Amino acid sequence: MKASYDVVIVGGGVHGLAAAYYLAANHGITDVAVLDKGYLGSGGSGRNTAILRSNYLTPEGVRFYDRSIKLYQRLAAELDFNVMFSQRGHLTLAHSDASLRTMRWRAEVNKIEGVDSEVIGPAEIKRLVPFLDVSPAARYPVLGALWHPPGGIIRHDAVVWGYARAAAGLGVHLHQNTEVTGIDVVGGQVRGVRTSQGDIATRVVLNATAGWCSLISDMAGVAMPVQTFPLQAAVTEPVKPFLSTVIVSGTLHVYVSQTDRGELVFGASVDPFTSYSMRGSLEFIEGLAGHVLELMPALTKVRVLRQWAGLCDMTPDFSPIMGRTPVDGFLTDVGWGTYGFKAGPVSGEAMAECIASGRTPEIIAAFGLDRFAEGALVGEKGAAAVGH
Amino acid sequence: MILLPCAWCGLRDAAEFQHVGEIVARPDPRTATPARWRAYLYLRANRCGWTAETWYHRMGCRRFVKVERHTETNEVRPVSGGAPGAVG
Repeated sequence: MKASYDVVIVGGGVHGLAAAYYLAANHGITDVAVLDKGYLGSGGSGRNTAILRSNYLTPEGVRFYDRSIKLYQRLAAELDFNVMFSQRGHLTLAHSDASLRTMRWRAEVNKIEGVDSEVIGPAEIKRLVPFLDVSPAARYPVLGALWHPPGGIIRHDAVVWGYARAAAGLGVHLHQNTEVTGIDVVGGQVRGVRTSQGDIATRVVLNATAGWCSLISDMAGVAMPVQTFPLQAAVTEPVKPFLSTVIVSGTLHVYVSQTDRGELVFGASVDPFTSYSMRGSLEFIEGLAGHVLELMPALTKVRVLRQWAGLCDMTPDFSPIMGRTPVDGFLTDVGWGTYGFKAGPVSGEAMAECIASGRTPEIIAAFGLDRFAEGALVGEKGAAAVGH
Repeated sequence: MILLPCAWCGLRDAAEFQHVGEIVARPDPRTATPARWRAYLYLRANRCGWTAETWYHRMGCRRFVKVERHTETNEVRPVSGGAPGAVG
């Protein structure tokens, strides 16, 4: 580790590594260190359910995530690393008139922004997913769904490794097991970072630490409107391929996809209270199993292999906090809640531009920290709260 | 299972409660500036450690309870004065 770097990125997940890669690849800034207190991808980047989509509710959100999907589409070629992106289609189920109405709204916003998205009925859903219970006798009958063909799943670890290898190849330094313990600010300007492996002088620090982001921002004296919630997920033993789309049910708090190995990956909404604990709970797995069986009763004999949790940095409006802060040289790419992984490439690209140019790129202009003081929130709850 | 000490019902399963959140002092609406009010609405300490917070005993006595919880281990300890009138 050198004694100084032009840019220090805290957090070695997809966001931090993508920012490092685009700083080097797009802007020629290679005197960059990425620090992680654990190993690369040990946080949310390795704990999410690897779902990608761009069918959000606000025009700002749709444009942003659509750019991310486009970057993901050519990521394997760009990084020369197979990230196994499978655009298999994404179904968000509606079990009530209210959610069907929100989906029609989302579909229209999506279409205006050029994103493939439409509302379909139960017969079409049954054709796409024969194992799904779409009968009117279900406890929460399926009334329709938002069908989003460009959505899909990807190998999340490969995305992390691909960015890490490409960034390192361009001269970026990656420091694992390096915990940030303090940030030096003099006269409102960042001067350095203290770590468990020694001090680093720098004038630019990017906070990309998701669930731990308010602890890092506190070190720079920047208050954050963030609460950290665990989100649990689970995976089953492998079974024959039968599920070719991603299925999300907001009402049942569950989303399901089948990996290339045949395992079923289940995710849920965040736990009902804030915590930095990453232990799984029995309440979660019981509730999850029940909800999955309401959707696909044929899965009663499938066994769960394991469950885990990741930490989500939830913001009041379910949108991220990106860009500059009142402390010069201290930038954030946080507030990613339950939807950070799918935004990794576009966030890295935008934060790299923000650092290199000193200006806030248009695509993240709506996501600044100052929006909370001004009351200019970007409400994405209707499309981000459970659906992934 | 996590047990929370309700000041009225004793130790009960946390699933009976609704998490209200960390205790934040409410500014006087007559004198608070918009910036002060929005800070009260949105900013949270989000500590990793012992935190004083309010829970609502939704499926029990339907009263608000103050507890201290360690947000990394989820250990809980009761707060003195966590009983009557303790609305966070």
